[in-house]
Amino acid sequence: MKGYCGARLFRLQTILQVWERRERGRGGLSAIECGAYRHRVIRAVVGKCETKLPTPGLSLRLHAMDEEYDVIVLGTGLKECILSGLLSVNGLKVLHMDRNDYYGGESTSLNLVQLWKRFRGDDKPPESLGASKEYNVDMIPKFMMANGALVRVLIHTNVTKYLNFKAVDGNFVYNKGKIYKVPATDVEALKSTLMGLFEKRRARKFFIYVQDYEEEDPKSHEGLDLNKVKTRDLIAKYGLDDNTVDFIGHALALHPDDSYLDEPAMDTVKRMKLYSESLARFQGGSPHIYPLYGLGELPQGFARLSAVYGGTYMLNKPECKVEFDASGKAYGVTSEGETVKGKKILCDPSYLPDKVQKVGRVARAICIMSHPIPNTSDSHSAQVILPQKQLGRKSDMYLFCCSYAHNVAPKGKYIAFVSTEAETDKPEVELKPGIDLLGPVDEIFFDMYDRYEPINKGEEDNCFISTSYDATTHFESTVQDVIAMYSKITGKVILLFQVLDLTVDLSAASAAAEE
Amino acid sequence: MAAPAANRSNNAKLVLLGDAGAGKSSLVLRFVKNQFIEFQESTIGAAFFSQTLSVDDASVKFDIWDTAGQERYHSLAPMYYRGAAAAIIVYDITNQASFDRAKKWVQELLVQGSPSTIMALAGNKADILDARRVSEAQRYALDNGLLFMETSAKTAMNQRSSFKANQHKALQE
Repeated sequence: MKGYCGARLFRLQTILQVWERRERGRGGLSAIECGAYRHRVIRAVVGKCETKLPTPGLSLRLHAMDEEYDVIVLGTGLKECILSGLLSVNGLKVLHMDRNDYYGGESTSLNLVQLWKRFRGDDKPPESLGASKEYNVDMIPKFMMANGALVRVLIHTNVTKYLNFKAVDGNFVYNKGKIYKVPATDVEALKSTLMGLFEKRRARKFFIYVQDYEEEDPKSHEGLDLNKVKTRDLIAKYGLDDNTVDFIGHALALHPDDSYLDEPAMDTVKRMKLYSESLARFQGGSPHIYPLYGLGELPQGFARLSAVYGGTYMLNKPECKVEFDASGKAYGVTSEGETVKGKKILCDPSYLPDKVQKVGRVARAICIMSHPIPNTSDSHSAQVILPQKQLGRKSDMYLFCCSYAHNVAPKGKYIAFVSTEAETDKPEVELKPGIDLLGPVDEIFFDMYDRYEPINKGEEDNCFISTSYDATTHFESTVQDVIAMYSKITGKVILLFQVLDLTVDLSAASAAAEE
Repeated sequence: MAAPAANRSNNAKLVLLGDAGAGKSSLVLRFVKNQFIEFQESTIGAAFFSQTLSVDDASVKFDIWDTAGQERYHSLAPMYYRGAAAAIIVYDITNQASFDRAKKWVQELLVQGSPSTIMALAGNKADILDARRVSEAQRYALDNGLLFMETSAKTAMNQRSSFKANQHKALQE
């Protein structure tokens, strides 16, 4: 059946099934006879010759196989897969293709052989590292906030039942050359060695204010309108010193740079609340959870959701060229000489390089180690945030560590990542402060990748392009992009509120996350 | 550690593999709801079932995964058979190609899957014996250490026992 595109063949098979049901319903042909006709038709159509079935009305139905898809999705990265799932659930007819023979695109997780192929060419991984398939090395390392937007989407769509999660052991911040556990509550602030005695008390007061703050309850506002008051001024009210401000802004509120200080304080207060609510989900030492077998499981889970609701999946489709009509509107996708029609095209930046612009660059190091990150209380999984100011940089640097405890490496092995928004062309030099914190490594890979964002207008050309994954440590911006794209594609904004304001019961996720 | 296998709580993930149209969904439907639909639509909407089976005084709750049609263009995600305690590879005894594909699935599971996954080969549609095209399956199953059974989702023949055989093995592990 070479040369005959899968999507059409699928349509044809569906049509033939309908025909067979009708034929047998009216007591015409037997199952075996129908089967023989089905094969004959497929052979004939594939061979581009004509044939007829002994049922009137079929010729009409054969035309229906050229029916359009509502959306053709290109690339199986996390964003594309979440969208594909949401669109299929919403009743749209989705065809999802990828040029690679694996799921995940840029956000996949690689085994050892794939990792070596990507970074070391023809070299083979040393046998001392263990079995290749026991490795799942994330290409876009991030952790999930236990109470964050991605978890809400997972629960909203029921994809949680395909995956297993486990809490991340620890969250740390780098301050004046040392690594400290991030204090997130008033109680932890009092215990922390990160601050001096008087500073602890001031910080505790600020934490209590944030914990008690309720948007609907003016009494908790203490006379401040956080939509107007700048973050800088709110913090000044509590007299916190620069070091404290640094870890609050970067390690708790997870701001990637210092621009938040001159923004209204509401955003920072909400981010701090998200952090402490996420922390409260588990008895563990961090607000994060992470899927067993790595982040590459996430796109696969959402792809399954899409397939369960009728989405059609085709991997290993070379080229995937988007076709445009004379007015510049996309109308389909060509692969292996066959064009499939679709009303809308949804893809990652690599499928439409002419419609995106470069907005930044991420530098990262991927390390395989035989020990956890030093000074992180032997955490089998952890994150360390290095605020920009501590390093004299413009953007934060992040360390991640995962291990066999999350099934991403064989027993005794750890995978660590150092990443940041690149400010130079030399990742080896730029990432050194982070790499120095790791201690000896078994293997290290350096990499830089460009970040793109779309410059087209979807309503003009029917193309909806996702933004590249940023260097942030969590999925909040990822989900925001997904929800914005979903609204653009469907014209529906309801889902945004459903998903984000939904007071979800997270017990399902908690149960799965625990042993 | 969470992760694979059955036991402890006697929860077991069971996955179905096989060519489109081999009768995977029909087999599950018969098992779970004791129904047979002559012209089952290609799988859409529901692809996840639970069923508890008792043998002697032990019971196993199977979480049964259906492919949701992702096998159609060879696009089944590795996540699908990750941590599976048991896999039933289904082929259609009237269709040689579906048996060839079944053999490919067995190979894939041997390479990619967990070594503890129990595999069973099920020759479905055994009610249409006069159209049989596949007869070397039993031999193949023996050579590769697979459980083997011919089944019919239509007449329910051997169908419960194919799940039970899996469960017996799952309990022994």
